[in-house]
Amino acid sequence: MRFRRIVYGAAGVAGLVVVLEVVSRTGLVDDTALPPASTVLREAGRLAVDQDFLVDVGATLKAWAGGLLLSVLVAVPLGVLLGSVPVLNTASRALVELCRPIPSVALIPLATIAFSTVVQQKMALIFYACLWPILVNTLYALRDVDPVAKESLRSFGFGTPAVLWRVSLPSAAPFIATGVRIAASVALIVVISTELVAGGDDGVGLYLNETQAGGGRNDLLLAGACWAGALGLVANAGLIWLERIAFRWQSARSEGVA
Amino acid sequence: MSALRLGRGLIERVWLVAVAVAAWEIVTRRVGETYFPPPSTIVKALREQWFSGPASALFLSDKALDDFSASLAHLFVGWAAAGVAGVALGAAIGRSRVLHDLLDPVLQFLRAVPPPTLVPFFIMVFHIGATMQIVTIAFGVVWPVLLNTSDGVRGVDALQLETARVFGVGRFRRLFQVILPAAAPKIFAGLRVALSFALILMVISELVGSTEGIGSELIGAQRAFELPRMWAGIVMLGILGFLFNALFMLLERRLLRWHAGAKRLAG
Amino acid sequence: MLQITGLTHSYSDGHVAIDSLDLTVADGELLSIVGPSGCGKSTLLRCIAGLIRPTGGRITLNGAAVDGVPDDLAVVFQDYSRSLFPWLTVRDNVALPLRRRGKSRAERRAAAQEALESVGLPDAGRKYPWQLSGGMQQRVSIARALAYRPSLLLMDEPFGSVDAQTREDLEDLVLQVHRAEKMTILLVTHDIDESVYVGDRVVVLNRSPARVHADLPVTLSADRDQIETRGLPEFVRLRAEVGRLVRGGARIPGAVPAGAAGGILKSDIRHQKGVGPDTMADSESGGTRPTR
Repeated sequence: MRFRRIVYGAAGVAGLVVVLEVVSRTGLVDDTALPPASTVLREAGRLAVDQDFLVDVGATLKAWAGGLLLSVLVAVPLGVLLGSVPVLNTASRALVELCRPIPSVALIPLATIAFSTVVQQKMALIFYACLWPILVNTLYALRDVDPVAKESLRSFGFGTPAVLWRVSLPSAAPFIATGVRIAASVALIVVISTELVAGGDDGVGLYLNETQAGGGRNDLLLAGACWAGALGLVANAGLIWLERIAFRWQSARSEGVA
Repeated sequence: MSALRLGRGLIERVWLVAVAVAAWEIVTRRVGETYFPPPSTIVKALREQWFSGPASALFLSDKALDDFSASLAHLFVGWAAAGVAGVALGAAIGRSRVLHDLLDPVLQFLRAVPPPTLVPFFIMVFHIGATMQIVTIAFGVVWPVLLNTSDGVRGVDALQLETARVFGVGRFRRLFQVILPAAAPKIFAGLRVALSFALILMVISELVGSTEGIGSELIGAQRAFELPRMWAGIVMLGILGFLFNALFMLLERRLLRWHAGAKRLAG
Repeated sequence: MLQITGLTHSYSDGHVAIDSLDLTVADGELLSIVGPSGCGKSTLLRCIAGLIRPTGGRITLNGAAVDGVPDDLAVVFQDYSRSLFPWLTVRDNVALPLRRRGKSRAERRAAAQEALESVGLPDAGRKYPWQLSGGMQQRVSIARALAYRPSLLLMDEPFGSVDAQTREDLEDLVLQVHRAEKMTILLVTHDIDESVYVGDRVVVLNRSPARVHADLPVTLSADRDQIETRGLPEFVRLRAEVGRLVRGGARIPGAVPAGAAGGILKSDIRHQKGVGPDTMADSESGGTRPTR
C-alpha cells in the first residue's frame, strides 16, 4: 500500500510538472506569465545555493520560530491560569472572543509604526496571531479533562498543583499541540505578509518584493513560492513528528479504545 | 429572580472586558498616548469614518458603502469560488482512490505554500485590481475546503453506500443525497476555516495592492499618521471577522442540526 | 425463485469465504440461514444482493442472473443506525428509494406513510431516525424495505442490536409482514431460537468457507406465538437439532450430518490453515469496506 502511494504520488508530481511545462512551452498560456516548470525548478535549484536567499530564509525562519516560541510561553501558562480559576475563565472568554476575530494582518500598519525594528514588528505580529489558537485550545483542553481522573487523584490527598501537573496538563497536551501546529501555519502567513508590506532588511517576503520590483521575473517569484511551500511542509511535518514522539502514549490509548 | 440571575451571569461574563476598556481609556488619556488612542476616540473615528449615514441605510455613510462593498465583494466571490471548486474537486478526489493517490502529495504541497507568497506573482500576472484580489483569496482558501471534502467523502460509511446501492439510488442522487450530506460536517469545517483565511487574504491583498476597500483605508490612515482612523479600520475588521464567524455558525447549526442531534444521542 | 449454484467467493487476501454453495429458495418462502459467526453468512447475503461479485458460481433471481443489484430486492441491515440516513427524516428515508419506481412526490409520501403504518409507526414520519429507539429504527428500515415492494427481502442479522423484548416484537412483525405481503424472505441470523421460530425452513451453514451443512424444514404451523410455540415439543426438538448442527459445524466441520460430506471435509481443514477466527471475521468485512 505504501509502495503504491509513493509510486502514484511521484507520478502525480511528475504529471503536474509535465502539464505545466507543456502549457507554457506550447504557448497555451503566456510563458512570461507562467514560465515553464523546468525553468522554475532550475531557478529554485539556484536559489538553494544563493547566499542572499539563504539569509532571507534564515531571517524569516528566525522570526517565525521566535514569535511562535514566545506565544507558546505566554499562551499556555495563561491558558492554564484562566482555565483553573473559574471566575477568570468565564470573564476572559468574552475578551478572547472580542480580540480573536481581528485578523492579525490588520495590525501590520500599527506594528510598523509602534515598533522600531522589523524583527520586533514580525515577532509582535506573530505573537498576536499565535496567541489565540494556542490559548483557546488550552482552555478547551483543560475544560475537557476527565473529572474522574482528577477526583481519583484528589481522593489520594493530592493538592491542586499536583492534579494540574499530573492529570490536567498531560491529558490536555495533545490538544494544545494541535493548537501550536495551527498557530505555526498562521505564523508563516503572518511573517511573509509582514515582510511584503513592511519591508525590512532580510526575509522571504522581501526577496519576493525585490524580485517583483526589479523587472518582475515570474520564474523567480514562483521559485521563491516553491521554497516557501517546502518550508511550510517541513515545519508541519516536523511538528507532527514531534507530537508523535511526545504523545506516543496518547495515540496508543486512543487506538486501544477504537 | 431569573432576571437577576441573568444579570449576574452577564456581569460575570463582561466585567473583565469593561475593566480592560476602562483601563485603556484612563491610562491612554493620562499619558496622552498617540499609538494607542483611547477607545472613545476610536469609536468617534469609526462613526465619522463609516457610520455617519442616515438611519435608513443602517447609519452607513456613502464611503462605508463604497469601502465595504468593494472589500466584501472580493471576499465573498473568492470564498464562494474556492468553496465550489474545493467541494467539486474534493468530492472527485475522495471518490477515486487513484486520483487521491496521484494528487495527494501535490495538494499537500500546494496547501503548505503560505498564500501571501503568491501575491507578488498574482500582481505580475493580473495587475493590481479586483481580479488579482479575488484570485489571491480563492487560491489561498481552496485547500482547506478541498482537503476536508476529500477527507469527508472518503470517510463516508460503507454501509450507507451499500444501502443506497441496494435501494437503487442513482449516481447523481447518491452524490447529492448520500455522499455530500454524510461529508457535510467536514465540508463545513473546511468552509469555516476558509472564511477566516479569506478575511486575512482580503486584508493582505488590499494592503499590498489596492486603492479601495477597508485595507487600503487602513494603510492610507497609517501613512497620514491619523491613528484614530487607523484604529477604526482595525476595529472594523474585527467586527467583520466576528460577524462572519457568527453568521456562519448560525447557518451551520441550522443545516447540520441532524449531525448535532445524532452525535448527542450517540454519546 | 432464487437459485444459487456452486457459489464460491474468495477475497483478494486468499481467504475463501464461500465454497461451492448450492441453495434454492421457492417463491414466498421464509428461509432462515443460521451459522456460527464469521462463517461467511454476510458474504453470502452480499453476493445475493449484488453488492459483491462472487469469484465463482451462479445466482439467478426469478430466472435472471444477478449481475449488480437486482431491481426488486431490498435489504434490512443489522446496523440500523448506520443504514438509515441521519440527515433525512424518517419519511424521507422510507421514500428515498421510491424515486426509482417512477412515482410522484405525493405518491411516494403516501407509500412511505402506508409502510410506516404497517410497521406500527404511523406518527414517526416527521422525526429523525436518531430521535427513535433502536427497535423503532429497525422498524423504519423494515418499512423502507416494504415500501420498496421487493420480491425478495434479505435481512442480515436484523435483530442483533436490540433488546430481547423488542427482538420478539420484531420477529412477530416479520412473520406478519411475510403473511401479508407474500414476499420471499431470507433471514440471516446466528440465533438458533430465532431461526426456528421465524423460518419455514432452516439452512445451517458450516464454518468458513460457508457451505450448506444441513437443510431442514420447520414443521410448525404458520400461526406462531412467542410463548406457545416456543413451548411446543416440536419446537424444542428442532431447536436442539439446529443447535447441535451449528455447534458441530463450528467445532469440527461436518461432524454430524450426511456421510457424503466426509470427503470434502479434509479440504475444508486445509483451507483454514493459517486463518484464525479473528482474521476471518476481519476479512469478511474488509472485503466490502474500503481500506483507510
